[in-house]
Amino acid sequence: MRRVVITGAGTINALGHTVGATMEAFREGRCGIGRLDIRDVERLTVQIGAQVKDYDESAQFNRQQIALYDRFTQFALIAAAQAVAQSGLNFQGELAQRAGVIMGTSGGGLTTQDENYRAVYEEGKNRVHPFVVPKLMNNAAASHVSMQYNLQGPSFTVATACASSNHAMGQAFATIRSGVADVMVTGGSEAMLCFGGVKAWEGLRVMSRDACRPFSANRNGMVQGEGAGMFVFEEYEHARARGAEIMAEVAGFAMSSDAADIVMPSKKGAARAIAGALTDGRLAPDDVGYINAHGTGTAANDKTECAAVADVFGRHANDLMISSTKSMHGHLIGGTGAVELLACIMAVRDGIIAPTIGYEESDPECALDVVPNEAREASVTVALSNAFAFGGFNAVLALRQA
Amino acid sequence: MADDVKDKVIRILAEQAMLEPSDIALTQTLEDLGIDSLGLVESIFAIEEEFDIQVPFNANSPQDSAFDISTVASIIGAVEGLVAAQST
Repeated sequence: MRRVVITGAGTINALGHTVGATMEAFREGRCGIGRLDIRDVERLTVQIGAQVKDYDESAQFNRQQIALYDRFTQFALIAAAQAVAQSGLNFQGELAQRAGVIMGTSGGGLTTQDENYRAVYEEGKNRVHPFVVPKLMNNAAASHVSMQYNLQGPSFTVATACASSNHAMGQAFATIRSGVADVMVTGGSEAMLCFGGVKAWEGLRVMSRDACRPFSANRNGMVQGEGAGMFVFEEYEHARARGAEIMAEVAGFAMSSDAADIVMPSKKGAARAIAGALTDGRLAPDDVGYINAHGTGTAANDKTECAAVADVFGRHANDLMISSTKSMHGHLIGGTGAVELLACIMAVRDGIIAPTIGYEESDPECALDVVPNEAREASVTVALSNAFAFGGFNAVLALRQA
Repeated sequence: MADDVKDKVIRILAEQAMLEPSDIALTQTLEDLGIDSLGLVESIFAIEEEFDIQVPFNANSPQDSAFDISTVASIIGAVEGLVAAQST
C-alpha cells in the first residue's frame, strides 16, 4: 500500500504566526487566550478568546485580495505558503494535476456574513459589496489555495464542525494512499471570533468566562480560538525520490458517527474512531505514546474522552500521555485538528510533549496522564490526534515517527 | 406578581416537556419532566426572553451556578429572585 508522509507545515494562530513560534509556545506552556478585541465586545457575556495577535491584513495582502479574502481565507493562505515553501514543491505539469487541496472549516467566511448582515439589517443599507458570496463561501479558502499553487487535482472543503480539519486531512491521506493524487495540501482554517460568532456559542452555555482548563476538576467550559494549520501530505516514494525532509508519517485514519445526540458526546463513538485509526494504520495500542486530545474543557467532553481512551487502551491508558493544547490556542472549531496536529508532529519528531496548561485540580473522571502545565521530553513512536464534533462525527488521525 | 412568575415559568417548562401546565408539580425535577441538557438551555433562554433577565447558568457546572435548577419550585424561586433584583 502507498504510504503518506508530511513534508511541509504552516500555521497562524493565537500562539504565533509560524510553526516555530507555535511549537515554542507549546514547549513553554504559553497561553494565547486573552480579552477579545472585537466590535461590540461589551454586549457579549463571554469576552475572552484566543485571537491571532499583531495581525495586519494590509501588511499581508493588497486591496484587491482583501476584497476577496475573508479572514479565514487569509489565515489559510498564510499557513499554506509556509507549508508549501517548506516542502520545496513546485506544482507544474503532471504534478499539478496529481495534487489538490482539501480543507476543513466550520464557519467559513463568518466574519464576512457578520459584517454584511450588520450593514443591511442594523445600518439599513440596501447594497453590499459584489464579492460577498465568493468571500463568505466555505470553500473560498481551499479555492484560493488551489489558485495560488496551481493545484488541479481533487479539491474540496469539509464542514463537520469541530472535526472538520481531521476529516479533511483524513480525506487527503486517503486520496494519496488510494493513488488518486501524489501530493495534497490539507488542513483547516477558522475565523469565528466576531460578534455573531461568539454570541452564537454563548447561547449553548458551555463557554468559560475565564480560562480553558481541560481535564481539571474545576474546568468550566471551552474558549474559542482562531487561525489555520496547513500541511503538505506527500506519497512516501515521491518524497524520498526528491530527497524531501519528512516530518512524520501519516499512518492511519478512522471516522465514526455516534448516531445519537446533536451535542452530547458518546464514549462508544469516540472509542470506535480511536480503535479504528489503530486498525487502519496496523498499529498496536502499545505503540501509542501520545494523544492530542479533543479536550475542549467542557464537563461532558473531557470525561467522555478519557473513558473512551481507557476503553481502547486498557492498562496502557495509564502509560500513555494525553494533553489538550486547546488550553493554549483555544478551540479553533473547524481549524482545530490542523493546529493540534503540530503537537503530534512535535511529539514524534522532536520528542517533546505539549502540556495541558491551566490544570489545577485532578478529576477522578479524567484520571490519565494529562501532562499538566509543563512540557515533557519523551520518545514517542506513534501519536494520535482526536476530534469529536457536535453532531456526533468523530475523526482520529495517527502519526508515526518518520 | 409572584403567581405571574410561577405560571409563566411553569408554562415554559411545560412547553419544553410537551405536557400541560396542569400536569406539572412543583416538586418535580427536570429529569422527571424529561427535559434534557438542550431542553434546559432552551428553557433558560425562554425565561430570559420572557422576563428580560440574565440567568447565571453554565452547563459545565450547574451545581456551582447561582441559579438553582434542582426542582420546578427552585427554578421559580430563582426566577422570582432575579425578577425582583431587576425591578429594584
